[in-house]
Amino acid sequence: MRRTHPIITSLALLTMGFLYLPLLGVAVFSVNAARRGLVWKGFTLNWYIKLFDNQWILEAAWNTLILAVVSTIIATVLGTVLAIGMDRFPWKPKTSNFLDIILHIPVVIPDIILAAALVVAFGLLRLLSSLFEPGLLNMIIGHITFQIAFVALVVRSRLTAIGREIEEAARDLFASDGYLLRRIMLPLLMPGIVAGAMLAFTLSLDDFVISFFTAGPESQTLPLYIFAAVRRGVTPQIHALSTLIMLITVVLVVATERITRKG
Amino acid sequence: MTPRLIIWYGELTTRRRLLKQGFLFLFAAMAWMMVFLVLPGLVLVVVSFATRGAYGQLEWVFSLENYKRLMGFSLFGWTADYLVILWRSVVVAFITTLISIILSYPLCFFIAARDKRSRYMWLTLVIIPFWTNMVIRTYAWFLILAPELPFARIAAALGIITPGMPLYPNAFAVYIGMVSMFLPFVTLPLYASVEKLDWSLVEAAQDLYASRIRVFTQAILPQTLPGLSVGVILTFVPAMGMFVVPDLLGGAKYMLVGNLIQQQFGASRDWPFGAAISMALMVLTMVSLQIYRRRSKEIEHI
Amino acid sequence: MKTENACDSEFGEQTGLVVEGVNKRFGKVEALKDVTLQVRRGEFFTLLGPSGCGKTTLLRIIAGLELPDSGRVMLGGQEITSLPATKRQVNTVFQSYALFPHLNIFENVAFGLRSRKFPKDEVNKRVERRLAMLGLTEMRQRYPDQLSGGQKQRVALARALVNQPEILLLDEPMSALDAKLRAQVQEDLRRIQRRLGRTFLLVTHDQSEALVCSDRLAVMHEGRVVQCGTPEAVYDFPQNRFVAEFLGAANLIEATRVPSGVETRFGILQLESPPPWTKGLLAIRPEWIRIRENQPEANGLRAKVSEVIYRGTNFDLWVEPGPLRVRTSSYKHFKSGDEIWLELAASELVILDEAK
Repeated sequence: MRRTHPIITSLALLTMGFLYLPLLGVAVFSVNAARRGLVWKGFTLNWYIKLFDNQWILEAAWNTLILAVVSTIIATVLGTVLAIGMDRFPWKPKTSNFLDIILHIPVVIPDIILAAALVVAFGLLRLLSSLFEPGLLNMIIGHITFQIAFVALVVRSRLTAIGREIEEAARDLFASDGYLLRRIMLPLLMPGIVAGAMLAFTLSLDDFVISFFTAGPESQTLPLYIFAAVRRGVTPQIHALSTLIMLITVVLVVATERITRKG
Repeated sequence: MTPRLIIWYGELTTRRRLLKQGFLFLFAAMAWMMVFLVLPGLVLVVVSFATRGAYGQLEWVFSLENYKRLMGFSLFGWTADYLVILWRSVVVAFITTLISIILSYPLCFFIAARDKRSRYMWLTLVIIPFWTNMVIRTYAWFLILAPELPFARIAAALGIITPGMPLYPNAFAVYIGMVSMFLPFVTLPLYASVEKLDWSLVEAAQDLYASRIRVFTQAILPQTLPGLSVGVILTFVPAMGMFVVPDLLGGAKYMLVGNLIQQQFGASRDWPFGAAISMALMVLTMVSLQIYRRRSKEIEHI
Repeated sequence: MKTENACDSEFGEQTGLVVEGVNKRFGKVEALKDVTLQVRRGEFFTLLGPSGCGKTTLLRIIAGLELPDSGRVMLGGQEITSLPATKRQVNTVFQSYALFPHLNIFENVAFGLRSRKFPKDEVNKRVERRLAMLGLTEMRQRYPDQLSGGQKQRVALARALVNQPEILLLDEPMSALDAKLRAQVQEDLRRIQRRLGRTFLLVTHDQSEALVCSDRLAVMHEGRVVQCGTPEAVYDFPQNRFVAEFLGAANLIEATRVPSGVETRFGILQLESPPPWTKGLLAIRPEWIRIRENQPEANGLRAKVSEVIYRGTNFDLWVEPGPLRVRTSSYKHFKSGDEIWLELAASELVILDEAK
């Protein structure tokens, strides 16, 4: 452990304070009995309880969950297969560069551009089929589009880490295609697939921009709900909802870290 | 002629058969990306040349109108409004990135100097806001910048704002929101480099140079460059296209490109114009990436 | 013991591995140029050479992990050139061991048997036997990341040997071990090979390894086999400059043929037989230069010690004129400036190639 200059320490702590001040503010006022204003009127968990009566919130929560689960499953499968396809085959450099660029597009560009492109695309697809009205389907499609890239990148880095020699050793030891896949590739790849899936899941839960542009009236998600609500005016109920979400985030972060450290 | 055999990862096969297999693996995901990413992108480009109909529908009449409008040329003479917004977005992104870097270095040094156990705790503390929803993180500033709290009161006392009004929506609030949003994006990658710092080089520099700044630029900056550049690119580009923060904390007074685009796809129902603005943002993104890539290559050669 | 200096051996049931005219090129680089050699059954054969000489490429071709551009590989009389690795009775110990990190030691060793669907009790029997032979029985439940380098190497060995391959390939298996352990492992490897009677093919750049372990070895340089034979033959009678310098140390002497012997900068030296060239190189190893009390009858040289290097087991003296390196036992102590008589005996001078 090194000594740090007091200026550095104070700057660091101030920065942490800066990061947490607003979040703690929300948490504190979520248990404030006051309905309006910033005066402290006593501790209460009322606002949390009221959450579960609120139809809109429950529906939004459900939508958020369904959206995240469905899109993650599909994106993980597609992304994993894509990563294997990109890494384990002898493509010419031109081809692999092209694939690489396509893969990096959703990761690198501002998500609002992707959202705009999707809106326009869905608008045109709507002429062909009413499936593409703004709604859950559009949102799922939008989420999958950027999730695939993240999953593929994570799985591909895992593939590179595994390297060639293990596969060659397995072949040297008489493994057939199926045996190799079952006994060696999939087990070794699993941590990467799980990491990619968790990343995709979290990105979906958190997503605002893509959801905002592709959502329909019946397919509110929690971030969209909160956004609409705070524009009208901040209420303690929103604080309660936000604090709850923050707590869940903390749990997910700690859980992910535990899992990735073990594996 | 029989195709040439090769051995790939220990398997005896032909290049052709391998690539056929490979194609099967790629097909589904690539088809998806083509249909829902590349094609929409191309459509967006096309639409940026189209026209908005009287009732907000899309008309396939092509012209450069939208781009001219973006540049400021309209029926009512020249206005710099849109260009100002574009420029403002670049400036805001730049300053946000800069402040995030300035605040991240001390934070990273601090964390790196902790013992192993507390390091994990501190990193987790940085990661938690990183994963918290951006809407929550942004609207939370409504509380801190509220009229009752000291910050707004001081500003009122200084005459900057009317007493009783919150410290938003304005440019200051937008910057606060942006920095608090993107700070972890710089801190986390930068930390990866800071952790691997060779402090003996820093100590050697401290012996050599009297000025602290020289020590930083000669010994610390070069070593942390990889992490720093990742952090910069992860911050600058998304910051340019950000719309939640300026929407909630900047309102109509301080619009950025993201708000402008959102407007076209929302209230204004002017998809072609929105597409054109998106293209402009895309160009800014590409330019930034090019500069980044060239800088990284320069640095690699050092 | 009969010394041989050839890469061929008797054919018939003795023949294990035959490599004939193998060429391999990677892009612009020719990794192997017309390589031919034979390994006898039950022999410990080593491919020795510096990095980049093609020895690993040749090993991979024999393992079935690369295809040669031309030439053939035969094992036990059958052609295996185009046979995939999964079908060859060849097993490899990789340089980095390539142990399967998610399987424990037992499962790692059992892999090659399970992949061929051997019955359970057969698997258990064979694996236990190999584990015991390599002293790994207590570790069978452990995982590769819990083992030391030496232990990992034994697991890799067991994993390959349990399949009773017709030839076992070892790709620089000791490069990751420290010097002391290496010496121990070299001897162990030799003993294991003797005990099992299997054909081993070792690839290494470490010449002491080659000398300790092998029945015969082949020296490779820039994609070609430059000399082949038993360790003694190759060491005592290097055929060219590269082999002379690569295996052990050698003093190189330029010589011109004259009626009475050869003319060198040390004067006229006598040889056992006249060299085939007019101008060329001679070599004499440091340990073959004798130090004399008085001037020798022939091939004598009066020299002055310029540097003394202590090596624990012996001293190396650098003398002038030359400079020549002379190796002497640790009984005699010389110091810088001493004047001594050296004999470059005719029986110890080796004729190398022609000067170009």
